[in-house]
Amino acid sequence: MNDNGLCVELVAQSSRYGSLWPLPQKVQLSDVSFKLTTSSFRIVDAKESSAGPSCKHLTFLNFSCHCVIFSTSTFVLWATSFEGNECDAFRDQPTRDKQHSPSLSVPVQPFAVLKAPKVWGALHGLETFSQLVYKDEFGTKNINQTTISDFPRFAHRGILLDSSRHFLPIKVILANLETMAMNKFNVFHWHIVDDQSFPYLSRTFPQLSQKGAYHPYTHVYTPADVKMVIEFARLRGIRVVPEYDTPGHTQSWGKGQADLLTPCYAGSKPSGAFGPVNPILNTTYDFMTQFFKEISTVFPDAYIHLGGDEVDFTCWKSNPDIQKFMEQQGFGQDYSKLESFYIQKLLNIVSTTNKGYMIWQEVFDNGVKLKPDTVVHVWIGGATDEEMHKVTGAGYTTILSAPWYLDYISYGQDWQKYYKVEPLSFNGTEEQKKLVIGGEACLWGEYVDATNLTPRLWPRASAVAERLWSAKDVTDISDAFNRLSAHRCRMVERDIPAEPLFSSYCPHEYKGV
Amino acid sequence: SKTYIFFGQLCCNCLHAVGGVWPMPQISASSPEQYPLNPEAFYFEYGRQSEAQPGCSVLDAAFKRYFSLIFPDYFPGDNLSVCAGQASLKAETVWGALRGLETFSQLVYQDDFGSFFVNKTDIEDFPRFQFRGILLDTSRHYLPVQAILKTLDAMAYSKFNVFHWHIVDDPSFPYQSQTFPDLSAKGAFHPMTHIYTQTDVQRVISYARLRGIRVLPEFDSPGHTQSWGKGQSDLLTPCYKGGTPSGAFGPVNPTLPSTYQFIARLFKEVSSVFPDSYIHLGGDEVNFFCWKSNPDVRAFMQKMGFGTDFTKLEAFYMESIVNITSTLNKTAIVWQDVFDYHERIPEDTVLHIWKGVPYDYTKELSRITKAGKRVVLAAPWYINHIAYGQDWRKSYTVQPLNFSGTEEQKKLVIGGEVCMWGEYVDATNLTPRLWPRASAAAERLWSDEKQTSSVEKAFPRLQDFRCKLLRRGIQAEPLYVGHCRHEYQGI
Repeated sequence: MNDNGLCVELVAQSSRYGSLWPLPQKVQLSDVSFKLTTSSFRIVDAKESSAGPSCKHLTFLNFSCHCVIFSTSTFVLWATSFEGNECDAFRDQPTRDKQHSPSLSVPVQPFAVLKAPKVWGALHGLETFSQLVYKDEFGTKNINQTTISDFPRFAHRGILLDSSRHFLPIKVILANLETMAMNKFNVFHWHIVDDQSFPYLSRTFPQLSQKGAYHPYTHVYTPADVKMVIEFARLRGIRVVPEYDTPGHTQSWGKGQADLLTPCYAGSKPSGAFGPVNPILNTTYDFMTQFFKEISTVFPDAYIHLGGDEVDFTCWKSNPDIQKFMEQQGFGQDYSKLESFYIQKLLNIVSTTNKGYMIWQEVFDNGVKLKPDTVVHVWIGGATDEEMHKVTGAGYTTILSAPWYLDYISYGQDWQKYYKVEPLSFNGTEEQKKLVIGGEACLWGEYVDATNLTPRLWPRASAVAERLWSAKDVTDISDAFNRLSAHRCRMVERDIPAEPLFSSYCPHEYKGV
Repeated sequence: SKTYIFFGQLCCNCLHAVGGVWPMPQISASSPEQYPLNPEAFYFEYGRQSEAQPGCSVLDAAFKRYFSLIFPDYFPGDNLSVCAGQASLKAETVWGALRGLETFSQLVYQDDFGSFFVNKTDIEDFPRFQFRGILLDTSRHYLPVQAILKTLDAMAYSKFNVFHWHIVDDPSFPYQSQTFPDLSAKGAFHPMTHIYTQTDVQRVISYARLRGIRVLPEFDSPGHTQSWGKGQSDLLTPCYKGGTPSGAFGPVNPTLPSTYQFIARLFKEVSSVFPDSYIHLGGDEVNFFCWKSNPDVRAFMQKMGFGTDFTKLEAFYMESIVNITSTLNKTAIVWQDVFDYHERIPEDTVLHIWKGVPYDYTKELSRITKAGKRVVLAAPWYINHIAYGQDWRKSYTVQPLNFSGTEEQKKLVIGGEVCMWGEYVDATNLTPRLWPRASAAAERLWSDEKQTSSVEKAFPRLQDFRCKLLRRGIQAEPLYVGHCRHEYQGI
């Protein structure tokens, strides 16, 4: 009744790298260990540091690290951040830059040194530091003499959550950000609205959620909610990239915005159903202008995801006004030209807000004219390598999600399949490969809400985390199993219900039944 | 003995909506006539002709429990009232009364203002199958007692009545035995934090009993026993490589008298700890490799005239322990392997059918019932096997009696069981993985098959039932896109 004749029991052994996850670029270990006691561990901003006491991040982390790890009588962690003005508590947002390069050393004396060019690197270094601490058989917290030099292989390491198919309460989103930070993810791709519901409470168009949310009071994200998510993420070095997917995936938009969607026709009369956004009306573009103006002020990230996937042409084809427009424009019967017409205008609108944009691969595949700094999001499985080759060949920055649709669950240790993905396995030049800035694990919401999100996402997403952070040659599955088992128990200990990899136990099991 | 319960204070009024019941009752008639309920004035009461009266521990506890389930978030002090009215519940046994209370609790609903209503309804109900079980595996992963109790609550909401506790297996032995304390001291994942003490076990049993749920313990042997050998040396067969022991161990050693002395003493304890009249003895997936390699075992085979047919050795072992079980006045349930290996077992032994694809469980149903033995069907309900999409539909459309056999044979199918094996499951994901998918099987085991053959009709009812589970604090996952009035708020 178990795995049909599985005779070999996979028992997690100890890895020489302990429970480090993701595996840092360079790790030098030793057997020399220090004890840490609970009374006076301190995280101190070193003299050379340009991040001052006003650096909200380090203050915040000093506090949380204290809670998370321990303290000791003489052990001190000196945290250093180099570049000037790196820690303006009001203006600082995490960016796409890769240059975090924290270096962490726990030398012979009872203090450790963490150096990072930017505050975001310091955050990652602190997480790594917390992973070096372990309990000996007497329960005392220890740390071994270690030198680590680290940086992420890819700059864009994201998680997509879908709060339209099911409403996700704020607590779950925040808990997920916490878990992302533990795994060094740095982008929260918030697929906030879609066909089924529109939970985003827009200041400019409050009717959108009033009519389009599952419930206008209990199933919405107020401006305060959104601010909280953004700030919570920021303090953990995570960017929040919102996605307002059009022209498809917009059924819920039409509830609160009449005339936005295309009326479908059955023969010569409207059928009562609606299709994608109506691309032929000026009101559509007036709406989009105002709407994205708001979005660009609410979300401080440099990028907005505009979607553009899976546009069903049936409704457009049925509508006589659209048919006439197609003729006037000389598009013939090629509705992808109409789609491009819409997207082009939308991209121009968004450009005026000074934001960059990310789009799903169809927009590129359909030949739309894109700005050079557009990020193309590859998601369609089957011919992924060819797509990567094409997109990077055309000179666009690319992020990969196709092999990492974590909503596709299956029986067994599927984390291994995510771990084995090699994002740069496609045919291409060095220049092309540099355009792949990272990837995202996607957890679409058709079958997911707060009841099962966390165990479904973690630790499977951790496999993606290591693939995006660690070096290309970090591929030893057995060692990964050992480290990930320990890392998973650490998440459980921190009250995150990450599900098990296989038969085993954690010293502290999940209590929150 | 009959139980009559009257529910006091229902007012007359009129309006809309009906609360759905899951699983679907055998016979029900409801009307749009709507009665408001006032939590201030609502009470359960034993009928005058009822043989059960105050002091009946199961129902006393149930009244209290169901009051909270029917009126969640109720604070005393809310006003209102007037009107007399009552509902009556008649049941042959206390367990039937429990099921009736559950049904009643699902008929009550709230309007948008939070007022409680129930519609005029007449229900006559009984289960199609007597044995409606859930298996939990606490060896592959330890499950805290809280997680087990929570599962028992959810089981009661779907009218499941057997908790099959697959308590020990290869990876760990969490059952703290009084007779053999080393079994858990050496065999549990951790001897203090990952065990079930006698108190824990009694707690589970009494919690289950108050919900009308039997606890069926399984001590699976001779295979699936790696963890037993840690605290009981000489129990398992030493495997040989060439002429010397390899250091590894195989199934229980069936050649030593000490084995049967041990089993007898362990089972004696288990029989007294677990009050149910059935014990599950396992008997599945015995790997003969180790037995073959051991010279003493081979010698025993010769002595017994088994030749090289190790199925005979397994049969010898199983027959011995089934007999031990009989002398303890318990009836044995065993996995189908025991029947497949032509073992001589008492007539009243129940066979547990579990082998799915590529095996055809309908053929197994025919074979075993033809031999006159009772069966419990688990094969189509291994819901530890997850897949993308609405797989609850597969569970729902199982037809347990759709196999070739006589009417008499079909009567031998006493029920079915949903299995949640623990290789990939612990307290972090148990509840959303079990519910509401197990509820689909619950209806298949309780309700009339003809009335519940449409998946399309079941979908909205099950969605609604899932929202009820959320309301009652069960972290049941969604079936598909949508929402509930009261969402699970998260960690």
